[in-house]
Amino acid sequence: MDHFPGNWGQPRSRDDHVFSSTDYFPGHNAYDVGSRAASGPAQRTQQPMVTGTSVLGITFKDGIMLAADTLASYGSLARFRDVQRIIKVGDSTLIGASGEVADFQYIEHILETLTIQEYDHDDGQKLSPRHIYEYLSRVMYGRRSNFNPLWNSLIVGGVKDGDRFLGFVDLQGTTYQSSTIATGYGAYIGQPLLRKAVEGREDELTEEEARKVLEDVMRVLFYRDARSLNKIQIATVTAAGSKITEPYELQTEWAFAEGVRGYGA
Amino acid sequence: MPITHEYQSASPVKAPVEHRFSPYTDNGGTALAVAGEDFCVVAGDTRQSEGYHINSRYQPKVFQLSNGSVLATGGMYADAVTLVKRLEQRLEWYYHQHEKKMSVDALAQMLSVILYHKRFFPYYVWNTLGGIDGNGKGCVFSYDPVGNYEKHHWNCTGSAGHLIQPFLDNQIGFKHMQGIQRRFLTPEEVVRIVKDSFTSATERDIYTGDYVEIFIVTAGGIDVQRVPLKRD
Repeated sequence: MDHFPGNWGQPRSRDDHVFSSTDYFPGHNAYDVGSRAASGPAQRTQQPMVTGTSVLGITFKDGIMLAADTLASYGSLARFRDVQRIIKVGDSTLIGASGEVADFQYIEHILETLTIQEYDHDDGQKLSPRHIYEYLSRVMYGRRSNFNPLWNSLIVGGVKDGDRFLGFVDLQGTTYQSSTIATGYGAYIGQPLLRKAVEGREDELTEEEARKVLEDVMRVLFYRDARSLNKIQIATVTAAGSKITEPYELQTEWAFAEGVRGYGA
Repeated sequence: MPITHEYQSASPVKAPVEHRFSPYTDNGGTALAVAGEDFCVVAGDTRQSEGYHINSRYQPKVFQLSNGSVLATGGMYADAVTLVKRLEQRLEWYYHQHEKKMSVDALAQMLSVILYHKRFFPYYVWNTLGGIDGNGKGCVFSYDPVGNYEKHHWNCTGSAGHLIQPFLDNQIGFKHMQGIQRRFLTPEEVVRIVKDSFTSATERDIYTGDYVEIFIVTAGGIDVQRVPLKRD
């Protein structure tokens, strides 16, 4: 199967023998209606409905930076254009999500519950990014083992006690850590650009350079990923704490379209 | 594993296909172990892949266990991590109950049982276990995902297993050689062969590369070496 959220709801999957069912109204085409009748047996996420596309994450000198756009698509429809896909968990951790938005908002809820429980212990301990990542990955793996996955690819980033952390976990419980991570379409188009800019320079890259790298890659993704938006958020976490920018528009250049046959006039 | 129904039509209208969830994936990679007379060498590359993607260049899948043995895994990384967590917990319980560390032979049998307990929803992992047995001799065990296991002198599994195994048969086991003195190799000789195995496999197998991590297990402890491989 195709687990890359960037492929979900594409007009045609890049697996050229597979057609997408989510083009117009996911779950409401003639073929699916029978199995989705009301009051049937308990439903599990068998396909994502409202999805977010790529998230990017990189390591820089002082910490971790994530980027995502604010679009939640309903198949090929740009349904919700102002949805936050990067969240703070505690003071030192950020999580970015692609895939099913509802599942991500549920994850946000369980992490908030976890944070409150930990706070109530009042033992002076704070969850580090690695703790949150471990917890999340066990939740994701547990759900996949019960055949009831949370349909997301998640990036966890954070800094705690001078320790930078950037990790990935998805709906199958697959985990890995790397100095650059990209989900969805970004894994195809963004990751090579991120690696070229970051690999081997993790301890040199400044915050300003890191932001430029992410903006440039987000712009490339906006040009090529039909499920993306030019409205993005960039989140940074350093020893000083974490911040998420308000959504802002990327400047794009379309003058070239004039000279492309079938694009301009 | 993916189940897709295809309905093709001549019209431009897209025919529907359901996205089916598969709980399994293959993260590639290669691992091997060689038993020496009084030592054992276990090695694995550190690349994690999925399809044509390289997820990470350094996500080790060879694990040092608390009883002094080393477990090399391959296949689905998420299952491997889960399996290692269970093994570590059992090793700890054993240690507290019996006030001694579990022997490698006992661990070998236990691993088989744990794998078979999930016979109908298997851990999609090919394991190679290496260590020093009760008699102070190097030992290697290899497993399939449902718990079949066998004791070897050397073994290689994973995406480049078919490339490396015959090389080890020749270089470690002196197979197909005539007029030579068969003998146990020294740790240095084994490590050299292991490095050559992985550099060669990296040339031909896209799932092997980035680094090879080599664990040399002796009675005195475990020494770890990390050697760079090609990153392409």
